[in-house]
Amino acid sequence: MNLTHGFLLMGYACCIIIGVLISVAYLTTAERKILGWMQGRRGPNSVGFGGMLQPLADGIKFIYKECIIPTHANTILFRLAPLMVVVPGWLMWAIVPIAPGVVFADIPLGILWILAMGGLASLGILCAGWASHSVYALLGGMRAVSQMIAYGVGLSLSLMSVVIVSGSMNLSAIVASQSGGIWHWWVWPLLPVCCVFWIASIAETHRNPFDVVEGESELVAGYHVEYSGMGFALFFIAEYGAMYLSALWMSLLFFGGWHSPFSNIIFLDAVTSWIPGSVWLLMKVVFWVFVYIWVRASLPRYRYDQIMYVGWRVLVPVALLWIPIVSFFMVCLGELS
Amino acid sequence: MWDVCDEDVDILCGLHDMKNNGLMLLSCLNIVIVCCMACSRSPAVRRWLLVDIFTALKHTYVQMWAYKNTVEYPQQHTPRSPHFRGLLALRRYESGEERCIACRLCEVTCPAVAITIESTVENEKRVATRFDIDAFKCIHCGLCQEACPVDAIVLTQQEHVVYDTRGDNILTKEVLLGFGDVYAPHQAACESEI
Repeated sequence: MNLTHGFLLMGYACCIIIGVLISVAYLTTAERKILGWMQGRRGPNSVGFGGMLQPLADGIKFIYKECIIPTHANTILFRLAPLMVVVPGWLMWAIVPIAPGVVFADIPLGILWILAMGGLASLGILCAGWASHSVYALLGGMRAVSQMIAYGVGLSLSLMSVVIVSGSMNLSAIVASQSGGIWHWWVWPLLPVCCVFWIASIAETHRNPFDVVEGESELVAGYHVEYSGMGFALFFIAEYGAMYLSALWMSLLFFGGWHSPFSNIIFLDAVTSWIPGSVWLLMKVVFWVFVYIWVRASLPRYRYDQIMYVGWRVLVPVALLWIPIVSFFMVCLGELS
Repeated sequence: MWDVCDEDVDILCGLHDMKNNGLMLLSCLNIVIVCCMACSRSPAVRRWLLVDIFTALKHTYVQMWAYKNTVEYPQQHTPRSPHFRGLLALRRYESGEERCIACRLCEVTCPAVAITIESTVENEKRVATRFDIDAFKCIHCGLCQEACPVDAIVLTQQEHVVYDTRGDNILTKEVLLGFGDVYAPHQAACESEI
């Protein structure tokens, strides 16, 4: 590892961090505009051309706000908690491959990294809820953590199916195993597992319809009710970054990653082969992020016991059941012709 | 790290033979089963297939492209009636003489007890020395406007009023007459419409 290589890596890391920050900022505006349009109104459209400078205004607002720490709050934990939530989220970006061979850290256990970082984030939320010394925050934190654990199990099991069919935990390898055409994508043999993964992702990021954590009508803002200014902004960044990451996992693990849906189709392949893989990945990620917002605009919130029921008694059995099914088809019927 | 391409990863992980027929069969079975389930009427099947959720999603997507009734306030305004009850004003006759005769009908009829009147007689004419309306108490009901026999007290079309000094909310007679002078032509136009 020479110095040039080190500087290249640092540059790549800076690009990732800055890119994530800007994307997250614009995602907040995109969400507000899309939610608005779906609700029969227009979103923010005064700041900048059509509302495009709204993230700048929001950012300035966050920086100006005073970071109030409640009197009896555990100061160290209170200040640390947003970092504990945000840093694992950003660390997950390290393994994201955007093109064949272009990845910051091509570790052989990418799936394990995803699950580990997700688990760390729930610890941060627990700290935030507990350190705020507020009943609303504590309840919100407890709900969040139990929800994340429940759906984390479903997530892990669905990822196991992906690992089984693709034969590797390395994300680049999983994407490479989906080459050769849209019928090779893992969504088709793993259709229920893909649904489980998607629903579990929505629940892991506390998005509607699983957002009792921040159910405004009940808990005001859940575990981040006592946070203001940049502390709150960090939680926001963590949540929206996790949205992007979930969309990325969907695209990479189930929908072919950077492979074109038209590859190996007679006429369309020639017509669209000039589009680079990263663009296909980008389009898929944009689509799934749009689905995140679309679902938020459409569905009412699940009750807390319904969330627990769905997590443990629907998603986990489906994901668990699919592992032997897919293994059977792959191993026993694999040699059929 | 930078020079691993698709084919190499394929071979490295021994994946060439993993795109096997068993998984193709499973894919086709999945699609067939989902299509059959989609045609079913059973509520349990519809729940497992999340049919209602997709209906909601479709509805929202359609709404996204529907016409938006948003009025871009303050550049655009919604239409307003000439009866709109905004800021209070005291009017004058064409000759410039004030209309108010201090009959106290408005003071009596005001449900919020916002008007305070004191009067004297000068030049054989009763005139109000003190005509105070507490703008914070006023509920803009328009009863004073209806009660006034000489159309002295009116509610104008003006809605944007800011009181930035403590005490500004007590509108004295001079202030009210001033409002009347400013809004008089508009008021006359609205009166002709009413």
